[in-house]
Amino acid sequence: MRFSLFFCLITLFSSAAFSEAESVLKFSSSLHETRYNSLIEELRCPKCQNQNLADSNAGIAIDLRNQIYSMIEQGLSDKEIVDYMVARYGEFVLYKPSNNAGTFFLWYGPLILLVLGLIAFVLIIRSNRRSLRSDSK
Amino acid sequence: MKKLLFFLPLIAFAVLGSVFFLQLGKDTQYMPSALIDKPLPNVALVDLHSNQIVTNDALPTGPYLINFWGTWCPACSVEHSYLMALADQDVSIVGIDYKDETSEAIKWLQERGDPYTHVLLDELGHFGVDMGVTGAPETFVVNSKGVVVYRHQGVVDDVVWQSMKVYFK
Repeated sequence: MRFSLFFCLITLFSSAAFSEAESVLKFSSSLHETRYNSLIEELRCPKCQNQNLADSNAGIAIDLRNQIYSMIEQGLSDKEIVDYMVARYGEFVLYKPSNNAGTFFLWYGPLILLVLGLIAFVLIIRSNRRSLRSDSK
Repeated sequence: MKKLLFFLPLIAFAVLGSVFFLQLGKDTQYMPSALIDKPLPNVALVDLHSNQIVTNDALPTGPYLINFWGTWCPACSVEHSYLMALADQDVSIVGIDYKDETSEAIKWLQERGDPYTHVLLDELGHFGVDMGVTGAPETFVVNSKGVVVYRHQGVVDDVVWQSMKVYFK
C-alpha cells in the first residue's frame, strides 16, 4: 500500500518535471501553446512507432517538435502543418487517420457492423415472438 | 439459405484469420517512404569541400544515390566500405552529412576514403525532414529523371544493392 502510494507520487512528480522541460519553449500566445501541445499529441513519431511526438525522445521527434513550434510561430495553420508532415512521412504519422475513401471502413466499419447487428437482433426477436405465438395457439 | 447464415461467423473468422496470417513475420518497422515517385525536394545545402551552396541543378544528371550518414552513427561505419566499393563501380553517391560536426566528417572521409560525388552538410537536419528520414543511414535512389524511386533504411550491403539496382536507371 505504502509502496503504491510512493509509486503514484513518483509518477506524478516525474510528469511534472517533464512538462517543466517542455515549457522552455516560449510561445507568443497561449493559443499557440495549446495548438502545439495538441499537434504533438496527435502526430506519431516516425522512428519509435508506438509513441507520439510528445512522448518520444528520439532525435527525429525532437526535430519535428521544433519544426512544429517554428511553423506555429510563423503563423501556419494546423492543417498546413499536418499536410507538411504527411507530405514527408505519409499518412502513417497521423494518429487520427484522415477521412477519405481509403479509410472509409476504418471510420464507419464499426457503425455499419452495429447497425447490421441491431437489424439481426430485431429480426431474431420478431421471428421468436412469432413462433411463440403460433405455439401458444 | 438459412443454414448458410449459421456458417457466417466461421467464414468471417476464416477470412480474418487468413488476412492476419499473411501479415505475420513482416517487418513491423518498415515504413514506406512518402517520397516515392515524387521529384527530389529542393536542395540548398553547403558543400563540405567547396563551401558553396549546392542546389538541384548541380546534382548528378544520371541516376544516383542519396546517402544520409553521420560520424555519430555506428551503422554508417559498417556501411562505409560497401559505399566505397559502389563508388569504384562508378555509382554516383551524394552524401548528406546528417546532424554532424564538420570537422569530424572531414577526418572520417580522410581516414576511410570518400565515396561521394558531393558531401552536403545538413547540420540541423532540415533536409532530412524534407526527405522524411528517421535517422541514419538511409539511402534513396534518384533516377535519371530526378524522381525518387526507392528508399532503404539501414545499412546498404550487397543484398540490399541487388534490389536497389533494379531502380537505378
